[in-house]
Amino acid sequence: MKAIILILCSCLCLSIIAQCTTVRVGKQQAITTITDGVMKAGNNDTIIVESGTYHEKNLVIAKPIVLLGINHPVLDGDHKYEPVSIKADNVVFDGFKVCNSAISSIVDYGGIKIYNRRYVTISNNILEDCFFGIYSQNCQGCIIKGNKLTARQAQEQQSGNGIHCWKCDSMQIIANTITGHRDGIYFEFVTNSIIWRNISTKNMRYGLHFMFSNSDTYAANVFENNGAGVAVMFSHHVKMFHNYFKENWGDAAYGILLKEISDSYIDGNKFEKNTSGIFIEGASRIEMYNNSFKDNGWGLKIQASCMDIVLKNNNFIGNTFDVGTNGSLVLNTFTHNYWDKYEGYDLNRDKIGDVPYRPVSMFSMVVEKNPPAMILFRSLITVLMDKSEKVIPSLTPENLRDDHPLMKPLQL
Amino acid sequence: MIKIVKYILLDILRNKIVLAYTLFLLAISFTVFSLEDSVQKGLLSLLNLILFIVPLVNIIFSTIYIYNSSEFIELLLSQPIKRRSIWLSLFIGLASALSISFLIGAGIPVILYCSSATGLMMVLMGVLISIIFVSIAMLATVKTRDKAKGIGVAIMLWLYFSLVFDGLVLFLLFQFADYPLEQPMIGLTAFNPLDLGRIMILLKMDVSALMGYTGAIFKDFFGTQKGLALSIFVMLLWICLPLLFSLRKFNRKDL
Repeated sequence: MKAIILILCSCLCLSIIAQCTTVRVGKQQAITTITDGVMKAGNNDTIIVESGTYHEKNLVIAKPIVLLGINHPVLDGDHKYEPVSIKADNVVFDGFKVCNSAISSIVDYGGIKIYNRRYVTISNNILEDCFFGIYSQNCQGCIIKGNKLTARQAQEQQSGNGIHCWKCDSMQIIANTITGHRDGIYFEFVTNSIIWRNISTKNMRYGLHFMFSNSDTYAANVFENNGAGVAVMFSHHVKMFHNYFKENWGDAAYGILLKEISDSYIDGNKFEKNTSGIFIEGASRIEMYNNSFKDNGWGLKIQASCMDIVLKNNNFIGNTFDVGTNGSLVLNTFTHNYWDKYEGYDLNRDKIGDVPYRPVSMFSMVVEKNPPAMILFRSLITVLMDKSEKVIPSLTPENLRDDHPLMKPLQL
Repeated sequence: MIKIVKYILLDILRNKIVLAYTLFLLAISFTVFSLEDSVQKGLLSLLNLILFIVPLVNIIFSTIYIYNSSEFIELLLSQPIKRRSIWLSLFIGLASALSISFLIGAGIPVILYCSSATGLMMVLMGVLISIIFVSIAMLATVKTRDKAKGIGVAIMLWLYFSLVFDGLVLFLLFQFADYPLEQPMIGLTAFNPLDLGRIMILLKMDVSALMGYTGAIFKDFFGTQKGLALSIFVMLLWICLPLLFSLRKFNRKDL
């Protein structure tokens, strides 16, 4: 019985393969333009494009076909057109170099734009100097994988986002490299999607910009040296695992900016050398475990508008200020974290300090109220103020404390 | 003049208090570096040392030394030596002796444990602060004839530079909180060498925190080559001006 099914299946497969043909496009081939190739190809056919430069104006792909580029053939938009528009389901677009899309403040031109489609795969392409890089609107189940996006505009208005997803579902954004765009990756109304192993550096605004996007996961990404770090806003059920936030410098730059986020997990991330590691505002029910905050200006800035945030088993090492806040109301839990500024003792040797640690220093409250006071940082008078504040807390919130500070840093 | 400098230098280096100061610095620096688990925290403790102990010891020791050698100064004055060269050699002797003990006491541990830009900046600032406070001490002694009063003035000056001045700045900051104070703050720091030294070290140490808006203004000013040169120039002024004033006074003083 099994054998018969197997034979039947393979027959079926063969018959499908037999139906598809391969069309070759190249300067030496019969078909010299990709537009021609797409016209000649039937559904589910494969078009192989040889290397060379193609000025196709606006290449519209309106059939479910596979487009494979060999040695990254160049699709040039001449700064006038949208190089690639995908208007069919199940399209695969792989191995091209797309450059010079049009720039407009009325139309969102993309290097590659997917219009209201499902199961499209965009992989292994190089995008240079495009307005938006890869733009998907109202799509489902698309895979954007292994692309390299670079833009060189100097002004924010002249540049679009690297990977832009609007009103999508079940997207997979994997292993892309994005540099020099406005936002590296932009999500608006995107649900049930994953952002995995991307590298987003030196973008003008955010490395990752996340709005109204629920139940998404981003894991193992690197966000380095972006204009304003990463912003995650107005979303719930977001999972952030093992990302690396590094060197996001500036007054309004944060490793992550969390605004109006709820029911989310922040686990195993590393924050290094940011002006502020995490800035949280109006968030609730967030669990932060196993993160490492190292050499930041502020490890964590948590506003009094946050509620039910749990910080457990995190390392705070070498930050100028561990935690900053703006009020005295504390509805969050800090427990079992390692603080390198902790000065307590451990009499019963259970590796947990016997006296609570207060991560908010008096001087960080002073600076919050009066930023130029930063010039007095580490002077004798502020050291004395901090010490006396530790003995008798008056300005710093009484309840913001770790009752079980760890004596040794965690291996993260 | 070189002979006098040599004599004073040897006299000070043989002094038990300077020896104790050197050993004390050495002990503290080695302790903070080996006790703390990170070099960064060791540097932080050392910063407090530089801002607190070094100015205090320098100003008090110099004051007492000059008062105690008043007979020696009178003896020299009876010789055909210019007043100017006596006073300057006194300054050079004190400044170089105390700088040497700072370099041995704090410089060696820093180079051994943390010869980064932060560490080197710290040593440089420590030496400059040492010399500045010798110079201020000389002004204080020449202005007051009475030894007890002179030491009192020295202590008050130390208190002013390390605590009162910053307190006043903080007070001003809160009084004028509604005004943009970033630029005036930069100007104000020039009036306190300890603040200048501290900010130069901070720029190496807490660079992430200084990247915020106001911090960035300070960094843009002090962090550039020009800012660095200007701050060191101001610190050199802090050495020269008190010394020149004291020299003028000493030249005319009726001993």
